Amino acid sequence: MSTGRIVLALWLAIGTTPLAQQAPDRSHPPQPGPPPALNLPAIQKLQLANGLPVWIVEQHKVPVVQVNLLVLSGTAEDPAGKFGAANLTAAMLTEGAGSRSSLEIADAVDYLGADLGAGSGIDSSGVRLHVPVARLADALPIMADVAERPTFPKDELERLRQERLTSILQARDDPPTIASITFSRVLFGPTHRYGTPMFGTAEAVKAMTTDDLRAFYTSAYRPDNATLLVVGDVARATVVPLLEKSFGSWRTQAATKSSQTLPNVDQPAMRQIYLVDKPEAPQSQIRIGWIGVPRSTPDYFPIQVMNTILGGSFSSRLNTNLREEHGYTYGAGSSFDMRASAGLFVASAGVQTDKTADALKEFFKELGNIRQAVPAEELARAKNYVALRYPSAFETTGDVSRRLEDAIVYHLPDDYFSKYVQNIQAVTAADVQRAAQKYVQPDRFAVVVVGDRSKIEAPIRALNLGAIEIMTVDDMFGPPPKL
Amino acid sequence: MLALAASAFAQTPPPKLELKYTQFTLPNGLTVILHEDHSVPIATVNMWYHVGSAREKQGRTGFAHLFEHLMFMGSGHVKPGEFDAWLEAAGGDNNGSTETDRTNYWINVPSNAVDLALFLESDRMGYLLDSMTPKTVDAQRDVVKNERRQSYENRPYGMAEVMMSEMLYPQGHPYHWPVIGYMEDLTAASYEDVVEFFKKYYSPANASLVVAGDIDSAKTRAAVEKWFGDVKPGPAAEPMTIPGAQLTGVQSKTITDRVQLPRLYLAWLTPRHLEPGDGALDVVADVLAGGKNSRLYKRLVYDMQIAQDVSAFQSSGAISSAFQIVATPRPGHAVGELQKVIDEEIQKLQREEPTDHELQRSINQIESSFFNRMERVGGFGGKADQLNAYFTETGDPDWFNEDLSRYRALSASDVRAAALRFLPLGKRVELAVEPDKK
Repeated sequence: MSTGRIVLALWLAIGTTPLAQQAPDRSHPPQPGPPPALNLPAIQKLQLANGLPVWIVEQHKVPVVQVNLLVLSGTAEDPAGKFGAANLTAAMLTEGAGSRSSLEIADAVDYLGADLGAGSGIDSSGVRLHVPVARLADALPIMADVAERPTFPKDELERLRQERLTSILQARDDPPTIASITFSRVLFGPTHRYGTPMFGTAEAVKAMTTDDLRAFYTSAYRPDNATLLVVGDVARATVVPLLEKSFGSWRTQAATKSSQTLPNVDQPAMRQIYLVDKPEAPQSQIRIGWIGVPRSTPDYFPIQVMNTILGGSFSSRLNTNLREEHGYTYGAGSSFDMRASAGLFVASAGVQTDKTADALKEFFKELGNIRQAVPAEELARAKNYVALRYPSAFETTGDVSRRLEDAIVYHLPDDYFSKYVQNIQAVTAADVQRAAQKYVQPDRFAVVVVGDRSKIEAPIRALNLGAIEIMTVDDMFGPPPKL
Repeated sequence: MLALAASAFAQTPPPKLELKYTQFTLPNGLTVILHEDHSVPIATVNMWYHVGSAREKQGRTGFAHLFEHLMFMGSGHVKPGEFDAWLEAAGGDNNGSTETDRTNYWINVPSNAVDLALFLESDRMGYLLDSMTPKTVDAQRDVVKNERRQSYENRPYGMAEVMMSEMLYPQGHPYHWPVIGYMEDLTAASYEDVVEFFKKYYSPANASLVVAGDIDSAKTRAAVEKWFGDVKPGPAAEPMTIPGAQLTGVQSKTITDRVQLPRLYLAWLTPRHLEPGDGALDVVADVLAGGKNSRLYKRLVYDMQIAQDVSAFQSSGAISSAFQIVATPRPGHAVGELQKVIDEEIQKLQREEPTDHELQRSINQIESSFFNRMERVGGFGGKADQLNAYFTETGDPDWFNEDLSRYRALSASDVRAAALRFLPLGKRVELAVEPDKK
């Protein structure tokens, strides 16, 4: 009863709003006007006294700043038998540096209200700082210690080793993790670096020494293998002296930097199913695909558009079919993981156990159909989706720093960002079909299913998709380690 | 070093937080808030309906969330599939989420497509039922059941969250059941329920709209008036009667899961969001488990190394809050060992105030988080979402400084007092998850 009074009171208060509003025309959706121009941030490039390259992007919206020391060596540089070295090296940087202990580093960073972390990716590693700009001068010396003067304390390594071995043990619990690890392993094998997760194997983590980590550090973390990125509410004139003080006297310690070329891997010759038993799982985790393309592929833009149509957006064919039409899953999609060497193409979903075989059938239907010509309207939608939302990739300091990292790691041309939209819009239906036929060959795909074997094996066999290898979680991870 | 850092602080207080906005109310009762930010040519349309799972009736748990899914399935002038297809064709993204007290929706678009977003948002507010059918309900029912399987049943420790709210709140309390709902209730949800829920809770008077980003306020106001002007008024939701809930002793239970390691969950009923004690408990959580130097992390994970992880957090709600501590023992250790240390540290904090350094460290981190939250305009947790949250909870969209002041005003004695008053060892939930030995 109080409801009506509130509405009435507001009605009277506004007064100027006409009482009988003309109903808007809803017969057609309003057409957007011409896309707004994105003023790409200017990248100021310079070098410190020691030759360390610096890229600065001034962004004066919020009084915060992102500083990344990017190192052009990642897990792909892990030596044979020491998978996990890059990852553990990065984790150890904040465990003792300069005169500071692990706890002192954490306390100083937390007290500044900063985030400071070190991590490794496939093709790069980085020490990354996010901090209110008023505290940048206090935070940079800590970051510099972490990046330039790590001490690799033995007791901290023992602690991290046990933490990692426990995480590897816990990975056995999580069906999506099991599925992804198995998928990489069956396609790349145990010796190729891409066949093992970035955190490495339990055996390698158990055997890793501080000498191993120092060796990785010395060959990877060095001014001639690094770039310093600064994005945020700073001015070049005032920030450069701070950078010079913290990073300008950093010297290279070793003669040569590491550089490995990963071996080529043969694609599977025929389709093969790998069923990993996870008793009582209410869903099956599905991964389907093979080895895709490196980041340097000339087909980068056609692949972006093709994958958007197949499984890279909510309205994509895989999600529309498996989620919206059949209700088998909470979401289905596909992706190309592009790295320095060819990474994986994968289509994936978690589907309810009793619909596992039905879902596989629909997956293969869509993977076959994408090889046919794509209708013009669907093509236009996908291109617009990728191209028109591009400005949102430059919104935060973190967003911009990630774009810059990509540009450096994958040697993107200077006009890459400014030409991105037109490169997407230039993709034709023929380009999409050519990319699909080349990179989506369902007859040769590996299929990983992690689920309750007692319920799903017979229906999957009835599909006659190919040979089925039955696996257990232990086949992938080994027996649970005694910790 | 730390002393230096502290003195540097005093000289450079962070700038004041301020978000300029305009606010008005349409004749149909819809509150509208506009905020301009021209740094990137994108904009967001963010709608909050002031209804969540707490309003669900017996036998229909999970319905508010199922309803949220139906909001993307088309409306009077938008056929099924067109909502997403049209937005994607304009370079837009969208999503929604349901909690106990509210349901939110956002559409992020390039700034040339704000009109399209407003058309779609207004059409589902005004004309959702025109295109709703029992078949639509069935389709999303299956999707939501798979969301429950994926996010709870097939996720390690996923059912502990469901169990926790059942143990904290008595039968019939609006926070007793999980937001995702029970399978049998999802099965029971009908087309008639959709009609009733829409009429009761999805009226303009029970919603608030924020449009933010690269917009012109005057033009956007006209566009909002145009697109929402024909949405018919309806009732504002009746105020909720908030049932009391209190724990009179220790509620203890052990469940099993397909996991390698056990996990311990401790939980208390605590003051609701923005009530006295709520902010102090955020700091209690930091002192106990925020960062390597926090008391529980340092003892359990760093020094003794008998835990793989430990976390503590005050989970604030409109009707009630819960303070939780969660810890996973390392192989060879048991939840009882962890609980003993946790209890020692809680009791210590109940006896002695935290150090000034601990207090300041926590407040500095909270202060930074306020600035970090200013970087993004759209999506979950962006500026538009925060303006809508503050409006919903306080009536003032730009409540950032007031919120931050709650923390800046805290003393060490406030923190100790909150630990003493709100975390009694004898009145809490103790839930253990043990590995299924099968």
